[in-house]
Amino acid sequence: MIPAAFEYKRPMSLEEAIRYLAERGSDARVLAGGQSLIPAMRYRLAQPAVLVDINQLPNLRYMQQEGGMLTMGALVRDTDVEFDKNIQSRYHLISDVSRVVADPIVRYRGTVVGSLCHNDPSGDWPAAALAARAQLVIQGSRGSRVESIDDFIVDSFTTSVGEGELVVEVQFPIPSARTSGAYEKIERKVGDFATAAAAIQIELTEAGMIKDVGVAVTAVAQKPLRVAEAENILRGEKPTLDLIRAAAAEAAKIADPNPDARGSAAYKKDMARVLVGRGLIKTLGRLGVVVA
Amino acid sequence: MEITLLINGAEKKLNVEPRTLLVHAIRDAGLTGTHIGCDSSSCGVCTVVLDGKTAVKSCTMFAVQAEGHAITTIEGMANGGKLHPLQQAFYDQHGLQCGYCTPGMIMSAHALLQHNPSPSEDEIRFGLSGNLCRCTGYQNIVKAVQQAAQMLQQPVGTAADD
Amino acid sequence: MSVESTNLEPKGIQGLGKAIKRKEDPRFIVGKGGYLDDINLPGMLHMALVHSPYAHARILSIDTSEALKIPGVKAVITSRELAGASLAWVPTLAGDKQMVLADGKVLYQYQEVAAVFAETRQAAADGAAAVQVDYLPLEVVVDPFKATDPSAPVLREDIQGKMTGAHGPRRHDNHIWTWDVGSKDETDKALAQSEVRIKQHMVYPRSHPAPLEPCGCIGDMNKATGRLTVYMTSQAPHAIRTVLSLVTGIPENNIRVISPDIGGGFGNKVPVYPGYVCAIVGSIVLGAPVKWVETRTENLTTTGFARDYHMDIEIGATRDGRVTAMKVYTLADHGAFDAAADPSKYPAGLFSICTGSYDFQKAYAEVEAVYTNKAPGGVAYRCSFRVTEASYLIERSMDALALELKMDPAELRLKNFIQPQQFPYPSALGWTYDSGDYEKTLKVALDRIGYSELRKEQAEKRARGELMGIGISTFTEIVGAGPSKDFDILGLKMFDGAEIRIHPSGSAIVRAGTRHQGQGHETTWAQIVSEELGLDVDKIIVEEGDTDTAPYGLGTYASRSTPTAGGAMVLGARRIREKARKIAAHLLEVGEGDIEWADKKFAVRGVPGKSVTMNEVAFAAYTNLPPDLEPGLETTYYYDPPNLTFPHGAYICVVEIDQGTGEVRVQRFVAIDDCGTIINPMIVEGQVHGGLTEGFAIAFMQEIAFDNQGNHLASNFTDYLLPTSLETPRWETGHTVTPSPHHPIGAKGVGESPTVGSPAAFVNAVVDALAHLGVRHIDMPITREKVWKVLRQAGVDSF
Repeated sequence: MIPAAFEYKRPMSLEEAIRYLAERGSDARVLAGGQSLIPAMRYRLAQPAVLVDINQLPNLRYMQQEGGMLTMGALVRDTDVEFDKNIQSRYHLISDVSRVVADPIVRYRGTVVGSLCHNDPSGDWPAAALAARAQLVIQGSRGSRVESIDDFIVDSFTTSVGEGELVVEVQFPIPSARTSGAYEKIERKVGDFATAAAAIQIELTEAGMIKDVGVAVTAVAQKPLRVAEAENILRGEKPTLDLIRAAAAEAAKIADPNPDARGSAAYKKDMARVLVGRGLIKTLGRLGVVVA
Repeated sequence: MEITLLINGAEKKLNVEPRTLLVHAIRDAGLTGTHIGCDSSSCGVCTVVLDGKTAVKSCTMFAVQAEGHAITTIEGMANGGKLHPLQQAFYDQHGLQCGYCTPGMIMSAHALLQHNPSPSEDEIRFGLSGNLCRCTGYQNIVKAVQQAAQMLQQPVGTAADD
Repeated sequence: MSVESTNLEPKGIQGLGKAIKRKEDPRFIVGKGGYLDDINLPGMLHMALVHSPYAHARILSIDTSEALKIPGVKAVITSRELAGASLAWVPTLAGDKQMVLADGKVLYQYQEVAAVFAETRQAAADGAAAVQVDYLPLEVVVDPFKATDPSAPVLREDIQGKMTGAHGPRRHDNHIWTWDVGSKDETDKALAQSEVRIKQHMVYPRSHPAPLEPCGCIGDMNKATGRLTVYMTSQAPHAIRTVLSLVTGIPENNIRVISPDIGGGFGNKVPVYPGYVCAIVGSIVLGAPVKWVETRTENLTTTGFARDYHMDIEIGATRDGRVTAMKVYTLADHGAFDAAADPSKYPAGLFSICTGSYDFQKAYAEVEAVYTNKAPGGVAYRCSFRVTEASYLIERSMDALALELKMDPAELRLKNFIQPQQFPYPSALGWTYDSGDYEKTLKVALDRIGYSELRKEQAEKRARGELMGIGISTFTEIVGAGPSKDFDILGLKMFDGAEIRIHPSGSAIVRAGTRHQGQGHETTWAQIVSEELGLDVDKIIVEEGDTDTAPYGLGTYASRSTPTAGGAMVLGARRIREKARKIAAHLLEVGEGDIEWADKKFAVRGVPGKSVTMNEVAFAAYTNLPPDLEPGLETTYYYDPPNLTFPHGAYICVVEIDQGTGEVRVQRFVAIDDCGTIINPMIVEGQVHGGLTEGFAIAFMQEIAFDNQGNHLASNFTDYLLPTSLETPRWETGHTVTPSPHHPIGAKGVGESPTVGSPAAFVNAVVDALAHLGVRHIDMPITREKVWKVLRQAGVDSF
């Protein structure tokens, strides 16, 4: 299938990119990894008049730890994350996610920031970003702003990024030594969107109490959701199976899925519960805590 | 628009529209070993390698985006008359039947081995899961990648000759 | 890490049973295969099709003016233009006819409405997007059980009120045919007298072969010579040539069909599709070559689907587990046109193999076909004409019976197998099984998987609350259609041909009427000829797919190549050998009666060391002949097999079930196949791996589903789920060898056995894991949700 014709812009600087985006407004789409956009264009579901290809922009493909944050530039590919030894050893949630986004070949090209901006209601990165309490750096012609992931995610395929703005970086708080996480996803096959998935991050106190926790689910509502009630139930408590059951049940309560070929609403709601439960157990296991 | 692509070490000057998919540009340049099997970036038969170690589905990239990258296709794998170990191993292990997925599968395996030179069976199955095959059930493809990994780990000049 | 090396034999004379590497592979592994889309002709135009968004609608108008304004668009055709060439409708393989482009109305979503011809693929796509069609949506028929309701809308207005079709009377405008076999009264009586009876309804869902290479065609009409060359992804190029000649009126010798390398077929590339016809018409009208290559959406939504059989079975048995009778009713959803690819006399294919491997004394099967608002098809998807449905039905039912009888399913099968001494075995539904040793094959499989230990493990796990299941399938196939007394397609008898030419220097070219799509004919045909003639396998090349050069044949599908063309290859070679014997006698200066064929040479009987090779004979055939002998050493042989062949196998599957999500994990799968004599064990094993993977896909993933408006729900690979290397289980294979008594080398064919035999093993394993929770059956594809529903209803839950 052949995309409809479009005008191609290949800015060589951030300023130039933002200028194109500002000039062309809603006619323009940013082309980063293109792994969602290009197939949509082939089916002519997306027919942007202008594509602003940011792949030539300098200094956007970096991952570094600074100021308590792991920062990733807008051109960091999924495989950059997947193959990174530091990510694998310290960022368990992010590492888990990086192995199950799309398929292994798509991940060579797909970007983390692009996936967050696409904000598919079944996307993996938005849920992970919620659980890990990420924030985004959004650049406009008059400077940049930092926005929490909770504010960034507005609705299905909709973020708080305005016309003429470009997300240049995502920041994840650096986990402490007593922090771990997990991503539990069920999909019909590799490359499919999640039928349901849960992103978990837990920080324990020295005494083994839950100091902080992030719980998010995807593919079970109009947009990826933070399960705040589950976090409230868990925070400050000693992890037990009963506590996990109670927290997981909150995921099913908040889930409001659309039935589709991946499953009925009832199934997806129940999977939100099961996967949150599993994610919590796996995360605690990674922290050396076996709940019984 | 006029673009120049570096494919298998040779510069190809092409006149393309911005919407021309990389796979079409490669095929129109006469390199028809890179195939097309779907429209949704699902099947992987169009997989090529950029800059030596990045596998991409060339149906999910515009030709204009490939300027400045070194593209390797299946036609660029053999060194003169000598098959690349992956090609040899697919042949030895009956890793293909209809042959349609084979170029993409070999290119994906090539990228995989750049990142993980001695993958386990599970790691191979994981790494190749962006490429579909309808004929082999993957079992002999996995064996072929294992054989190729072994051949590539042997010092130059002692690779199994057949 | 250790790699198991494939057991490669030294080069030279490589006959039967040798795991030699494939002769076709060197071009594929370097990217030099020659598939249809790799062919580009000077001045070639590209074609794109316009498709209906509705499943049933009247076409009010088609406006092509905007499309024609797009630079590069040369022409747009609709049904009206085709009617001018008498090609608005074409005959199907099943005695029906079908629209090429929508004629007045559309009957399924994505039906072809117009064809756009342009200088570039981009312009063709833009042109197709610019064609404006006004539709008046009509009531749709999606559920085949409602197709023949009195109130159902008439789908096929072209045959409205015509109450006789190609296969007998029609009882409703949406009814196509009813076909039955066996004795209904005797079966009813035997069932009534049976101590135990089970009934089961089961659906074999609509599936699609989805080869990775889509279908395509290049029409190339040379107006100067009047010759039409058609490049086509066809599994049956000769039959296509004949059909093209009949529908276009072009003399058959002025049509050349070239079927280049094919990227998988699996039955999808047997029929003639509207896109092919349009590309050919476009070339004739525009005087330029026209290429059409399907999109994946076109492939999945408009070209030949498979299965869609809705089956009810009743089986009778004695209390101690001996089957007595079976009765089957099947409703077949054929979509909008009856385009099933079945032999003419068999509208339900070889479905009557449904008595399987068991000694049923009485049986009756009835199949009814109906029209619905879905794409036509009913192709033999890695299947010998509805054998897949039949095998699934009986193998699933044997497990249902075992459950009812509280018998071990292996024991029930062993008790009811047709015994080796009963062959040739006349089945209750009219087949004569050639050979088989079902008990031996099952016992090899049971032993290989450690069946009794697995049953113990299962009991222990169940006691701990874990869910493990073991499923068995001991299927019998029926392949190699077929004997011309019974089998034809559109009147063309289903024999197949082989041509063998031995050149003076001892190399040979071999051609067949079949067309491989990955099956390895370039290797296996060479091995047969090498075996029969004592020639170096590397000096034999095999060509298929060019109707100007290859002998006539009906093509490659339904596991028919080895039983038909393989037989022709053997007997052709033997005919050459008989002539060669005369030349050998001349060279050795003895009488022909003193010559024997031993160790792949001609030797003088009783005189050690006095012999000539086939190489020497070949040279003599052109240089030094006996005076009364026709020069040359070549032949064409057409083989009309005396019977079909009946491969069989025993498959055992072990699954575990995730109680939280309902996910089924295949832990082990042992497949013991008996395909008679094996030509190349490496190729046979590869075929089994692939077929098992498709069986797995059908059991758990692949389904062509529709919503209640007839919208296609699996129109691309994000929704039509093909397994990757990660989902696909590891296969453990093996074989027993029970040669066919009538095939010249005892071979039976294997390409489809694993797809035919495995789905029941998967489903049986899942039901076995859940039976103690009250489960009796789950329809394919077995999704997590279907299992989850069972689990939660039974109160099973877990993280």
